[in-house]
Amino acid sequence: MQPAIAIHGLSKTYASGLTALRNVNLEIRRGEIFALLGPNGAGKTTLISIVCGIVNPSAGRVLADGHDIVADYRAARARIGLVPQELSTDAFESVWSTVTFSRGLFGKPANPAYIEKVLRDLSLWDKKDSRIMALSGGMKRRVMIAKALSHEPQILFLDEPTAGVDVELRRGMWDMVRRLRESGVTIILTTHYIEEAQEMADRIGVIRQGEIILVEEKDTLMAKLGKRQLTLTLGEPLARIPQALQDYRLELSADGSQLVYTYDNQEHGGDIARLLQRLGEAGIEFKDLSSSESSLEEIFVSLVHPS
Amino acid sequence: MNLYGIRAIYLFEMARMRRTLMQSVASPVLSTALYFVVFGSAIGSHMVDIDGVSYGAFIVPGMIMLALLTQSISNASFGIYMPRFTGTIYEIHSAPVSYIEILLGYVGAAATKSILLGAIMLATARLCVPFQIEHPLWMVAFLVLTAVTFSLLGFIIGIWADGFEKLQIVPLMIVTPLTFLGGSFYSIDMLPPFWQTVSLFNPVVYLISGFRWSFYGVADVSLPVSLGMTALFLVLCLAGVRWIFRTGYRLKT
Repeated sequence: MQPAIAIHGLSKTYASGLTALRNVNLEIRRGEIFALLGPNGAGKTTLISIVCGIVNPSAGRVLADGHDIVADYRAARARIGLVPQELSTDAFESVWSTVTFSRGLFGKPANPAYIEKVLRDLSLWDKKDSRIMALSGGMKRRVMIAKALSHEPQILFLDEPTAGVDVELRRGMWDMVRRLRESGVTIILTTHYIEEAQEMADRIGVIRQGEIILVEEKDTLMAKLGKRQLTLTLGEPLARIPQALQDYRLELSADGSQLVYTYDNQEHGGDIARLLQRLGEAGIEFKDLSSSESSLEEIFVSLVHPS
Repeated sequence: MNLYGIRAIYLFEMARMRRTLMQSVASPVLSTALYFVVFGSAIGSHMVDIDGVSYGAFIVPGMIMLALLTQSISNASFGIYMPRFTGTIYEIHSAPVSYIEILLGYVGAAATKSILLGAIMLATARLCVPFQIEHPLWMVAFLVLTAVTFSLLGFIIGIWADGFEKLQIVPLMIVTPLTFLGGSFYSIDMLPPFWQTVSLFNPVVYLISGFRWSFYGVADVSLPVSLGMTALFLVLCLAGVRWIFRTGYRLKT
């Protein structure tokens, strides 16, 4: 199946000499939620801006639903909706008029019924006649989403969509994104909240210093790069790890009351039973145990800051 | 062609005019009406006719042209500068609209506003001083041509400006003086020969002269020269806009 977005050899060097993207190759599958992660200045927004037509590429080619974003820009852009990072709004316009404006700008005839549906879905219907300047930050963010959806795009870019949004609204937006995906919209999101990517994404891409360093299914990534930890609270504190257990990756807490065993997700914890047996043989008793799994955030940090 | 896109930009800009009627219409109409009252009725009644036209009637085309030039520039420059200032320009860039369509939307709206304003001022002037229009079609042609040309100039200024001060500099420091010195209040025949020659380097002289000819059939320079100079200015502005769109100057990085 043709990818929703196909990026080949994309590079961008600004007039200032700053190279924001270096030979980026990436394919976004149709109907997926793709999370693009990277530290500040990694090139996420530049990448999105090029695909959406806001920034000119220095080299490379981008196809949106098979349409070249330069040679066939009308067809490409008509399929794309963008929610930018900044809350850029027409302060004096009403919600209704600004969303209607967006639909017309993207070449669609007026469709009040569809605009009403979008506003209702985003809980903005009650505010349709309000001036944008009178809305809260969260509502303005939803207006931006409504504008991006106004022309019924098949591909939606969400650049930090929940930045500065409270927890309740964030969860509401996640639900909305899932509903959009269910309706067939391909979603590409960048976020600083790794929890957001962990919660929603099907695949994760990590960009660092303008280069895509990893693209992986989220679950595969978590399994491949994630760590698990088993923490044992000991009956009696230990002064040091016994010689008989030296071949395990064990750490003893400062007060000697806890032993922490770290192992890869891929090891499936197969060694735990033997570890517990060895502890028993060494006469070490424990009164509690707990396990934990490293988050996507820890994986992300280990990728972008390998040291 | 994305006609819905052009329409969206055009209606958006026209809506801004409706929201700011006091600033867009009432304010220039009031200030021009004051000129008519002071120079036309009060002082004008004590002045001799110029080329057989009463002074009050003589200044009508110049006053309308003064407002037309400043408002065309102001409307168009503000129209494109505001999305750049607020950041909403991202939506224009990401939409399936060509540069020509963007231009038609913004410049079309700015020119429409100026032409409407010109028509309102014409009606206002008629209340203050009696005058006639000998060549109404030419009058409309000059009105439209000037509004479009200076809206294009305003569009260029709106892209060039990187602050509100720059946005005001050209209309206030260049266009207004050129208009005042371009024969709004007098015929350049009334100037000493040296200053008559200097005035011919002022492009506004040709606009006002042509416009005044459409009213009274009298002009400082011939109609073909006026038309030619106005058309030349239009071509220069179009060339400037084309260069901006081709290079992405201050629009795209």
